[in-house]
Amino acid sequence: MPVATPEELAAAARRVRLRDLDVVSTAGMGHIGGEFSVTDILVTLYLGVIDQGAGPDRDHVVLSKGHAAVALYATLAEAGLLPDADLDTFANPDSPLNGHPARTKLHAVEASTGPLGHGLPIGVGMAIAAELEGASRRTFVIVGDGELQEGSNWEAMMIAAHRNLDRLVLVVDRNGLQQGAPVADTSDLEPLADKFRAFGWAVAEVDGHDHRALREVLSSTPWEAGRPSAVIARTHKGHPVSFMSDNPGWHHRVPNADEVRLAREEIAAT
Amino acid sequence: MTALHDCRDAFAATLVELAEADDRVVAVVNDSVGSSKLGGFQERFPERLINVGIAEQAMVGVAAGLAAGGRLPFVSAASCFLTARAMEQIKVDIAYSKHHVVLCGQSPGVAYGELGPTHHSPEDLAWLRAIPGLEIIVPADPSETSAAVKWAAQHDGPVFVRISRTGVPDLYAEGLPFHPGRAHVLREGNDVAIVALGTAVTRALAAADALAQQGVAARVVAMSSLVPLDGEALLDAARSTAGVVTVEEAYTCGLGGAVAEFLAERLPARMRMVGLQGFAPTGSVEHIHEISGVTAAGISAACLDIVGAIP
Repeated sequence: MPVATPEELAAAARRVRLRDLDVVSTAGMGHIGGEFSVTDILVTLYLGVIDQGAGPDRDHVVLSKGHAAVALYATLAEAGLLPDADLDTFANPDSPLNGHPARTKLHAVEASTGPLGHGLPIGVGMAIAAELEGASRRTFVIVGDGELQEGSNWEAMMIAAHRNLDRLVLVVDRNGLQQGAPVADTSDLEPLADKFRAFGWAVAEVDGHDHRALREVLSSTPWEAGRPSAVIARTHKGHPVSFMSDNPGWHHRVPNADEVRLAREEIAAT
Repeated sequence: MTALHDCRDAFAATLVELAEADDRVVAVVNDSVGSSKLGGFQERFPERLINVGIAEQAMVGVAAGLAAGGRLPFVSAASCFLTARAMEQIKVDIAYSKHHVVLCGQSPGVAYGELGPTHHSPEDLAWLRAIPGLEIIVPADPSETSAAVKWAAQHDGPVFVRISRTGVPDLYAEGLPFHPGRAHVLREGNDVAIVALGTAVTRALAAADALAQQGVAARVVAMSSLVPLDGEALLDAARSTAGVVTVEEAYTCGLGGAVAEFLAERLPARMRMVGLQGFAPTGSVEHIHEISGVTAAGISAACLDIVGAIP
């Protein structure tokens, strides 16, 4: 697949968000706030960064914040890894598109996630497997920022640094909000970049809605030989919809018909 | 006197053998090289011994990632920490994800005697059997341990193998193939049936010998796997005898509960369940077995209770 330009990535992200709105409002469930904050990261990775070939160098992507499932499914469809029509089955009893992604039901899903703090240890295992195989593939793990409150992430960070897993990349969807409140008011993460550095990781901070910047920072990993890379992607929950953006009320609220119409207009205008 | 063996030796030797034949095999440990007897493996395959440190949740997640990346991981850690600390990873990353990962719970039950209830795992069987799709193998001697580990390497799915350090004699011929869900009837008898798991099998045989002296013919069914159970063997025991006594080095919600559930719906039988109870006091393995009745005498008493209870 040819690498998409920032403009193409922006257009794809727009389509993914519009599809996400459809799917969530039809199903009557979803996590639209965190889906919209992570959309640009997913779209950039799948369409602009990863090797999607069939060989041993095909990169891994693990969406640890599995509640953003619809954003993943819509991105997979955009990347040609899932028939678009399947999106309409989301959360139906027989659908492979579960409320949280299941690797046993959907080939393109690389790890079953949902409970938080699972993706990074799995990514560490994938990265060790690649190293044992002598393959050059990279492993990208996307976590939510609230998710970093789970201790298993910090176990995994120590292991990754100790083993010099420089083909492992962690992307933090740093939207600043967890389910019920700001992360900073719950159990604060700052100084997050310093924490990563202290754990032996190389760190970059980036605007998580800027496709050009995201593509550049993700494509250029590893930045330091022997160190895993952490990308702190500054995002907004619910972006770019004005009444959803940075509003914890939209963690898993389902938009009504009027809200869908307004949101569609705002997304289309981006 | 019969020589007693530590099943970890058979486990460790078999893992080296498997690793020599299949370069996908890796060991994943939580600073548990010594307690898993994997020093030889580490020496032979240093790059394939992945020691994550004292981090059980990450250990099980890492194993899932290794499996996703084409490796065949054997996670080896004290059963108390592996199962309790990493339960959600076992449920989601391994079982729900259907990864071919072999979880080796070392020194389970009260094998850590004096170290106390923090290091005991009488709960592991009950916890794990609630997780769908996870096969639970409990070998009774070194040869069965080796066969079970070899079987687990071939079985494309999640497996838990409970491996004890408590000394056991040889029960089976070397090289006997392992079949999950297939029990071994080690003593024939139609008065009462003893269904035993793992290290308890040896004590069940001793109980059967003692009962024979009293004219009671006890059948001994060695249940090699808790999941799947050998349903046929259980139905036959319930049909042919006055009742079933289960024995395990675990809380009775492990094997006892599983057998009771199975028979209650199909062929209700008189049952007694012999197993560990409560948080054990600090003491030797033998002492804890003694006060819990997980002994030949305790099993015999349960059998006599059943035989005497025939109306």
